[in-house]
Amino acid sequence: MADAGRPRSTSSASAPAVALLASAFVVATCGLIYELLASTLASYLLGDSVTQFSTVIGAYLFAMGIGSWCSRYVRQNELRLFVRVELLIALIGGCSAAGLFLLFPVIDHFRVALYALVLAIGFFVGLEIPLLMRILRDVEFREVVSSVLTFDYVGALAASLLFPLVLMPYLGMVRTGFLFGIANAAVALALLFVMRDAGRFRLEKLAAIFVLALLGAGFIASERLQRWAEVASYQEPVVYAVSSRFQRIVITRRGDDLRLYLNGNLQFSSRDEYRYHEALVQPALARVANPRSVLILGGGDGLAAREVLRHPGVQSLTLVDLDPDVTRLFSQTAMLTALNRGALTDPRMRVINADGFRWAREARTRYDAVIVDFPDPVDFSVGKLYTESFYRELKRLIAPGGIAAVQSTSPLVAPRAFWTVATTLEAAGLQIRPYHAYVPSFGEWGFILAANGPIAPSAPVLTGRFLDQATANRMFDFPPDMARRPAPVNRLDNQALVRLFDEEWSRYEA
Amino acid sequence: MKLSRRALVGGAAGAAVLAGGGWAALRRRKPPGTLAGADLARGHRLAKGGFPAPTRFEETGVVIAGGGVAGLSAAWTLAEAGFDGFTLFELEDETGGNARAGRNAVSAYPLGAHYLPVANQDARALRHLLTRLGIIVGEKGGLPVYDPYQICADLEERLFHQGRWHEGLIPRNGIGAQDRADLAAFDAAVTAFAAHRGRDGRPAFTIPAAYSSRDPDLLVLDTISFGRWLDDREWHSPVLRAHLRYAMRDDYGTEPDHVSAWAGIHYFAGRRGWAADGAGDKVLTWPEGNARLARAMAARVPGRIRRGRIVHAVARDGDRMWIDSFDVAREETVRTTATAAILAMPHFVAARVAPGEVRADKAFTYAPWLVANITVDRLPTGKGAQLAWDNVSATSESLGYVVATHQGPDARTAGTVLSWYMPLSAVEPASGRRQLLERPIEDWQSIVEDDLLLMNPDLEGAIRSIDVWRWGHAMVRPTPGFIWGAAQRAAETRPPVFLAHSDLSGLSLFEEAHYHGTRAAEAAMRHLRHPFESLL
Repeated sequence: MADAGRPRSTSSASAPAVALLASAFVVATCGLIYELLASTLASYLLGDSVTQFSTVIGAYLFAMGIGSWCSRYVRQNELRLFVRVELLIALIGGCSAAGLFLLFPVIDHFRVALYALVLAIGFFVGLEIPLLMRILRDVEFREVVSSVLTFDYVGALAASLLFPLVLMPYLGMVRTGFLFGIANAAVALALLFVMRDAGRFRLEKLAAIFVLALLGAGFIASERLQRWAEVASYQEPVVYAVSSRFQRIVITRRGDDLRLYLNGNLQFSSRDEYRYHEALVQPALARVANPRSVLILGGGDGLAAREVLRHPGVQSLTLVDLDPDVTRLFSQTAMLTALNRGALTDPRMRVINADGFRWAREARTRYDAVIVDFPDPVDFSVGKLYTESFYRELKRLIAPGGIAAVQSTSPLVAPRAFWTVATTLEAAGLQIRPYHAYVPSFGEWGFILAANGPIAPSAPVLTGRFLDQATANRMFDFPPDMARRPAPVNRLDNQALVRLFDEEWSRYEA
Repeated sequence: MKLSRRALVGGAAGAAVLAGGGWAALRRRKPPGTLAGADLARGHRLAKGGFPAPTRFEETGVVIAGGGVAGLSAAWTLAEAGFDGFTLFELEDETGGNARAGRNAVSAYPLGAHYLPVANQDARALRHLLTRLGIIVGEKGGLPVYDPYQICADLEERLFHQGRWHEGLIPRNGIGAQDRADLAAFDAAVTAFAAHRGRDGRPAFTIPAAYSSRDPDLLVLDTISFGRWLDDREWHSPVLRAHLRYAMRDDYGTEPDHVSAWAGIHYFAGRRGWAADGAGDKVLTWPEGNARLARAMAARVPGRIRRGRIVHAVARDGDRMWIDSFDVAREETVRTTATAAILAMPHFVAARVAPGEVRADKAFTYAPWLVANITVDRLPTGKGAQLAWDNVSATSESLGYVVATHQGPDARTAGTVLSWYMPLSAVEPASGRRQLLERPIEDWQSIVEDDLLLMNPDLEGAIRSIDVWRWGHAMVRPTPGFIWGAAQRAAETRPPVFLAHSDLSGLSLFEEAHYHGTRAAEAAMRHLRHPFESLL
């Protein structure tokens, strides 16, 4: 107010004034962009967009209020503080999207990080606007409040239009964050050069250049950062992601659809997994007179185990899965144990975390039924679990009168791969009976029964959501497009299956 | 609440420190590791001499001096023939020679030789050994069936070429017409050699090399260098030449210009693996490499091996021999009197300890090698072909790395050990050996790490340790004129002294060491009139 006595003409606004109003515009735009980024990211990663947007916006506005209120305690050097705060906003806001993406898989309390970030940005933006007004007033402006607010609201409009129409589709979240951080810092730097006695702000200039360089580097490296933050590659909101010693475990949820991905490959969708697991387990158990001991190789999600445990006669169930992180997850997490009905903690269950191949080679017990539920043969190391050598070990594990069921990829998409599994089981000295079932999230899926003797063409099956006797019998018919065709034997030293699987699936997905 | 300038400055400084800290954490930290190798102290002690006079005396039937693959093969052959009266002396604390191995919490890993190609039909003794060791497990249609767990699992090899991994070791994409023509011409030439027989009816090239034809038209190839032979045919394609350079360094630790053309062609035309199920072109491998074979042979003769015994003098005493060996643990020399001596040591060592029996010959030269075992937290990946057992870069001076856990017993592992190989072939062997001696471990670790990360940037931050192993005299060099000249002459000794070493073939291969060990053992038994059925 001390300067009120020396007003100047407003018709030709001075350079500092223009710069300050431009700041108001940029600060407003950037602030809103950061807020939109946080909301979008939160709904993307945590699901439930309504909750995410309203809590993020609420937290942001509240923090702005605190910032505004705190601005009254600033009594001198407003410009210096303004520039510093702007640089901090540039740094925090610019890195926010990348930071949240990278943090998500590695921290337990993602929401804490999310709201801390939103509150910090809100607080600083809230501090900025009153500061800006005071500086402007010092400089020479009359309608300070209305001018600042005008630019503030125009900036908000620009941000809210740009964000969905241009930024998200063309730049993506991570790059958008960095870009607006750069804009923030650039305006701060420009301001320093335009203002009078700019020479006093050497430290701020250096800091601005540093922040610009950092954000520029981030912008350039966005692609790589995004790859690190691989959550970006899932279709549905990720609710859990962790790297075990062996693989990347990701669980997504959209509505009631829960999905498990291992190394990016879908393992099941809760909407139709019952089809897959009933088909995998029930035809085998139906063909054993009185199944008492059952072995599951793979299947750490406990869903095949759930199907096995529906048989009251089963006295012991052994599950061998490589990854303790998977079996722990599926025996302790409520939403997952609801799905497998606590199969992994059933008193009849023994969970062994070991490499399936090594375990099978060393195992000396035999089982009435063996359920082989390994991931698809996408690479040479998983491919080993589909070789003649492995099936010879499998043969040894089947008790007299017992049977095995092997998940064997899609006979429709990858018929040569499917029939390679069949041929390989036969080469290992097993008799087989292939069948298939439709699982919407996978497509037409194939399984093979294998035993040391003849396998009954039909047997009374335990009725479930998917299987009844008629359906169970129908699964063994192969229409011409899936019919048996010549296929090689898959050996350790010549993994034909991995190559065929890759060839047929990439042709299908192309 | 008062927001002070200090708080803001502090906040900014904190952010900067955090950013700097993150940057520093991204920068590489030197991984730990060890520097070791064939026992230099004992080797140099042997060169220096000055061992105490014998204070302990023993007697045995046959002494085998040297517990590498040749010595162990001799011992195994004697044991197979029911001949138990022998003692084997090994300078190091562990037998196996080049076929030794290390082990850490993650995996066993080779220190040197790490595979054996499926045996040729000619290699009878070797096939006998493989059958007895449970590696050949049966017969199908008259062909040997190998244990599938011991044949190198798919994918066997991949090449890093133009920023991408490709299956196989020869680039097939992004090469010119001349490259294709030269590759095809070379392939046709060695295929013809592989099928060719000399005028004496023997195969032109086979393993063991001793069974190869003596046809002068073929032996003349031993008088020129492989490089010269290629030049004469005008096969200048850089792609072909790079691959051949890799091959020569891989098997002989030597540049094509210093390898005889006979040895160069032998690499490609000598192998005709004989096996059922199309496994003829496969190799056998184990996490610990050829130590699997060396240990299995040693396990056959448990009470007959004396480790930590430096054989330093061998001389004739009437129709018997005495062998002086220095017992490292007791610090005394033991004189062993024997009716025969099999010297299963490198030729330059044999000439030093038995000057009356073995003539020193400058024609025997040896390639120095560096082997590094790199323990990593995760498996290497890369664009293109998936991880193979043998992973080679087209542009590196190293020969790439083999993956110790590739061969199981686990289908999938978290971390692994990568055995990285580099012959120091670009310089004279003597200066290579000097480099091995003088360079500190940190230098070698940097060389290894940089080379590995060029091939596999994905391993950044995953390297847990780099253990470096130096081989001063890793393998004999098949220089022009050597195999069918000096090596042949050296093999002739007067009973009861018999030589056994792959040096005598001029090819540092398990098969050759095994052949010479078996041959020497049979010659010793013949000399001692011990009945046996020859495996050769």
